[in-house]
Amino acid sequence: MEIIKIKKTAWPGGIDKARETYHLFGPVKDKSCHIFRPLENNIYPDMEYTSSTLSPKSVLFPQTQKILETSVDESEKNHHILTPVKQDNTPKAVIGIRPCDAKAMQLVKLNFDTKDYRDPYWCDAYESSTFIGLAANTPSIFDFSTSAGSGPFEEDGLDVLLVDCKDHYLAKVITEKGKSFLNTTGFNESTDQNKADQIIKDLKTCAEGIINSSIRTENLKEKTVLDLYNAPFWEDLAFSCISCGTCAYVCPTCWCFDIQDETRGSLVTRIRNWDTCMPPLFTQHASGHNPRGEKTQRVRQRFMHKLKYFEDKYDQGIMCIGCGRCVEKCPVNIDIRDICNLMNAYEPEKESAVSKLREK
Amino acid sequence: MNMITRNIQKHAASLLKAETVDVFIGFKAGSFPMSAAPVIIKNPEQAQALIWDSNCRLNLANYLTNRTDKIGIVAKGCDSRSIVNHIIENKITRDQLHIIGVPCSGMVDKTKIASEFTDEITELREQEDSLVIKAGSETRILAKGEFLRSNCLSCTHRNPVLYDQLAADLVTEPVIENQFADVDKIESLSRDEKWLYFDDLIQNCIRCYACRNSCPLCFCPTCFVDESNPQWVGKGIDSTDVRTFHFLRAYHCAGRCTDCGACVEACPMDINVRDFTRKLNKDVLDMYGWEAGLDIKKRPPLDTFNPNDPDEYIK
Repeated sequence: MEIIKIKKTAWPGGIDKARETYHLFGPVKDKSCHIFRPLENNIYPDMEYTSSTLSPKSVLFPQTQKILETSVDESEKNHHILTPVKQDNTPKAVIGIRPCDAKAMQLVKLNFDTKDYRDPYWCDAYESSTFIGLAANTPSIFDFSTSAGSGPFEEDGLDVLLVDCKDHYLAKVITEKGKSFLNTTGFNESTDQNKADQIIKDLKTCAEGIINSSIRTENLKEKTVLDLYNAPFWEDLAFSCISCGTCAYVCPTCWCFDIQDETRGSLVTRIRNWDTCMPPLFTQHASGHNPRGEKTQRVRQRFMHKLKYFEDKYDQGIMCIGCGRCVEKCPVNIDIRDICNLMNAYEPEKESAVSKLREK
Repeated sequence: MNMITRNIQKHAASLLKAETVDVFIGFKAGSFPMSAAPVIIKNPEQAQALIWDSNCRLNLANYLTNRTDKIGIVAKGCDSRSIVNHIIENKITRDQLHIIGVPCSGMVDKTKIASEFTDEITELREQEDSLVIKAGSETRILAKGEFLRSNCLSCTHRNPVLYDQLAADLVTEPVIENQFADVDKIESLSRDEKWLYFDDLIQNCIRCYACRNSCPLCFCPTCFVDESNPQWVGKGIDSTDVRTFHFLRAYHCAGRCTDCGACVEACPMDINVRDFTRKLNKDVLDMYGWEAGLDIKKRPPLDTFNPNDPDEYIK
C-alpha cells in the first residue's frame, strides 16, 4: 500500500479538516494519565504519549452506555416497552491509537461479531470507525507485544499506520477506509516508496529490539484444560490479589459487561457497564450460590480465559496483545507475564512425580 | 541486601522453622522498578524471597482479615496501627500474630519520581538516604526525603505501635508543626470551589474499587455499593454514583483510618483518595483527641458514648 509524507507543521491543519467529516478521538493528557477522549475543537491528540492509562476500547465500548429506555408512566403510549436509545454512529476516527491496541479490537470483534450473534452497539461503532495508528518507536518498559501476537508496528486492525520520523510522519495507507480519511485531511505529499518502506522497516526493527520482556505461549494450546485448572500454583498466585477491577478495566481485550436498569422519575434506562470477573459479585447468583466465590477461583478464571479458553475456542492465539497495562497498574504486582510462562511450562506429570517423591 | 531485609528473612525463617507461625506475610521484590508485591510464605526456605525497601507502600494488615491460622507479619508504623484496628474490630486476635515491626523511614512516591524524568524509569536502587535512578540513558541521584509519599511526609507514627520483634532500631518520630496543612487548604475554599475541587479529583474514577479493596478497613462482607437488594448506588460512571461511593466510603473510615496511603497507591488513575479521609482524621483528632490504631485496649470514639462527646453540630 501507498506511503505518504505528512509534515508535522501541516498536521494540525489536516486534523482540523478531518473534524468536518469525523468525530475525532485521541490520547489526551489529564493530570498524570493519558486517556482516549473525544477531541473537541482546538484539542489535538498528544502524539508524544507512550501508552494510555486506559485502553482506547472505550471509544467503541464506553464504560457506561445507555442502550434501551422506556417509561413506567402508564398514561404514556408504549409505556413499559423498551425501545433502543439512538447511538451516535457518525464516522469516528481514532487518532494515535497504538498498533497493539488496534489489534486488540480484532480480538474483541471475535466475541462481539460472531456467526450466531452480532452485538449491535459495538459492531455499529466499529464499522463507523477508522483507526489511525501511531507506531511505537520507543515501546514502554511494560510492552511485551512482540511475543503476544502483536507488536509496536502491527498493522492488523489499523486503517493507516503513522510512523514518527522527527519532523514528519510517514503514513502507510492500509485500507480504503484509511485512504478516505487521508483524503479528507488533504495530506497527499508523495515520497519515494522504497526509501520510505525501508525507513519504516528499520524503525520497526529498532522498536522491536527495545522490547526486552516476553512471554512463552507455544505449549498452551496442547495443554489440557483440566491439568492447568488443577495446577498447584493458583492459590499462591492469588494470595495478593485484592479482587479489584483494575486489570480488566485497563485491558484492551476485556469485554465483559453488566446490564443495569436505572429509574429517574418515570423514565427507565437500561444501561450496560463494564464488568470485571475479579470481584465475587460477578458470578453471584440470585439464589445466594456463587460458583466463583473464592478469590483463587477468580484469579484462575482470569488467566485461564485469556491464555487458554480463548485460544481453545477461537484458535487465534491468546486474548492478550501484550500492552502491559495490567502489569503496570495492578496494585499488588500480579504479572501476567510470569503467570503465562508458568502455565506454558507446567507439566503435571513432572509435578506429580516430584510430589510423590516428597511424600516418600 | 539491606539490614532490614536480612533481619526480616532471618526472623521469618526461624518463626516458620520453630512452627511458631503457620504462614508469614511480607513483601517480595516486584517485577519492575519501583514495585513490591505482597507475598505469603509457608516454609523457611522461602524466606529468602522477602525484601524491604522504600516501595513497600501497601498495607499488609489487609491480608489478615478473618484468617484463622497463626501468622507472622511484617509491619511498618501504619500497618501496625491497622493491625491494632483489626484486633479492636475482631478481624484477627492478638495471639494469632507474631509481628515483625519495621521502624519506617517513609515510602517513596512513584508518580512524583516518574514526573522528574522524561523517559521511563528502568532501575531504582537505594543507597542510604539516596535513590539512584536510571531512566533512558540518564542516571540521577535523588534525595529520598524529597520524594516521600505525602502521607509519609505528614506521618508521626513511623515506629510500629505493636510488635513482637523489631527488624531495626526505633527511629525518632518527626515533629510536624501542622499535620493537616492539606486539609486546611481545602477547608479554606468556598463551598462552590470545594465542590469543583472534589468533582475534579474523582473525574477519572473508573469504579474499579482498588482503593476500597486495598484498604484494611474495608472488610464489610458486602459493601454498600455491591448490595443488589435493595441497590443503593448505580454501578456506572454517572457522577452522582461516583461521588456517593467516595463520600460514603470515606465516612465509613472515620476514626479508623491510619492514613497508610494504600488507597492512593492502589488507584490506577492516580486519584488522591486521601483528600476525603484526611478531613475526617482531622475532625476526629480535633473533636475526640483520637488517632486511630494506637492502643488495642481503647475503644474508638465512634463506637462508644461519652457524655462529654462534642455535640455542637446537633442543632
